[in-house]
Amino acid sequence: MSQKNDQPNMKRREFLGKTIAAASVATIAPGVMLTVARAGSDEGASGATRWGMLINTAKCANGCSACVDACDKENGIDLLTKPEGQSDEMWNAQRPQWIRKVTLRDKQTGVVSNLPMMCQHCEKPPCVDVCPTTASFKRADGIVMVDRHLCIGCRYCMMACPYKARSFIHSDIAEQVVQAPRGKGCVESCNLCANRIDGGAATTACQDACAAQGHHAILFGDIKDPNSAISKALKTFESKQIRADLELNTGVRYTNV
Amino acid sequence: MRSSTGIKRFAGLLMGGAIALLSMGAQSESAVTQGSRAATMDACVAPTAEMRRNHMDYLKHDRVQSVREGVRDTKNSLVGCVDCHASKDDSGNYKSIVAEGEFCQSCHSYVAVQPACFQCHRKTPQQGHAALGMNQDAAEPALGLLPGISRSDLSELHANVMEH
Ligand code: HEC
Ligand code: HEC
Ligand code: HEC
Repeated sequence: MSQKNDQPNMKRREFLGKTIAAASVATIAPGVMLTVARAGSDEGASGATRWGMLINTAKCANGCSACVDACDKENGIDLLTKPEGQSDEMWNAQRPQWIRKVTLRDKQTGVVSNLPMMCQHCEKPPCVDVCPTTASFKRADGIVMVDRHLCIGCRYCMMACPYKARSFIHSDIAEQVVQAPRGKGCVESCNLCANRIDGGAATTACQDACAAQGHHAILFGDIKDPNSAISKALKTFESKQIRADLELNTGVRYTNV
Repeated sequence: MRSSTGIKRFAGLLMGGAIALLSMGAQSESAVTQGSRAATMDACVAPTAEMRRNHMDYLKHDRVQSVREGVRDTKNSLVGCVDCHASKDDSGNYKSIVAEGEFCQSCHSYVAVQPACFQCHRKTPQQGHAALGMNQDAAEPALGLLPGISRSDLSELHANVMEH
């Protein structure tokens, strides 16, 4: 994508754009106004919010993949299929995954537990530190994501991530879902359903799916809002950060691990 | 003598050309494609001359706003361009907006630019899916994923999570 830097005096142009924007509102057909006005999304991400997740590992059912399926569907991840001639092994190692189920077995007691693993939305994300183009960034509201307009596909962030949360797209994608554009040569990962949330939704796709199965293992919300369900739960139950020793202050926390 | 007629002829040609161009303008020679929503409307998101000249800058500005700042009710949403400018074929299916002769492609092939946007972005409007949840009717069931479940059903479902 080329940058348009051969244009003189961009400030003036921006100003022009804005005045015209203001002037044109009145002239647009009535139906169009509707698409412009939607409460909640005009202010953008705010530092007064920090989106996070609390996962109750005890409620995460063995063999259930509802969250993974829902994520695949929401973000069009299942629209990418195994390239012809690729081995299953290679495909399984390289296929994009924003959320995956991890099974833990305590070596001494033999207790098995399950948990969904995805981008942990660190307060100090190593993926952001290593990105040479600022494509990997943290939004004001704590969501860590890839701006794929800037991603050059170097994959430093994948190496830096302690949670193996990022995927690289190795082949062309023919079909896209409108809310999740994606294409060959970029890194991607869980963005806490950013555009759903910006659009006013209070839950992520994985949370909805988990709840619909009756498990209720995933709770999403604003951890800076003391009255949110997630803040109350965090206050009540002991929760853990995975690899707390790295001091990344993750936005995704787990109970009963 | 000879050269003077030459000049006259040239001037005549220019005039003729200008008149032809003007009359084309009067017949609203437009890149807007038949069968698109835009074809039934009077105006773009900004005055037409502005759009012709500056749409790439508007798109970039709004891209930064949406992706990095989370501001979603931008005027120049790329999804919005596709929703309004994509046209349907005879059987009522949307055509790719970058297919030969379609809206974004027609001008671009003329000026030889090939923006890669539609390697990632969807080339047709997605039926039943409002642009980034923005022009969604509040009464509409919100979740394509779980058809039949309304927002209020869901909030009830989620109320259970409180006993985490
Ligand atoms: C609500 C519908 C709508 C949306 C959304 C919309 N347009 Fe338009 N656009 C129109 C209409 C209608 C015209 C024709 C205006 C006229 O007749 O002068 C037009 C004209 C244009 C033109 C000039 C075409 C010509 O004939 O030279 C360009 C370029 C353009 N649009 C680009 C865009 C881009 C880029 C976007 C997304 C940022 C966009 N439009 C979004 C309705 C829309
Ligand atoms: C490598 C994939 C990729 C390419 C190529 C790409 N985009 Fe995007 N674009 C995205 C993703 C991912 C988003 C974020 C979607 C979201 O959160 O809604 C996005 C969002 C946007 C948005 C904000 C959402 C909207 O619909 O308004 C705009 C504007 C945009 N892109 C413009 C462009 C333009 C213009 C180009 C081509 C010059 C382009 N993009 C190329 C992946 C891509
Ligand atoms: C009226 C003709 C016209 C139409 C219609 C049109 N474009 Fe353009 N577009 C241009 C011209 C001219 C350029 C600039 C070429 C240049 O700067 O050299 C351009 C450039 C661009 C660029 C920047 C490309 C680059 O490499 O810098 C983007 C992005 C873009 N257009 C997106 C769109 C999209 C998306 C649509 C369809 C919704 C569209 N355009 C429809 C004429 C048009």
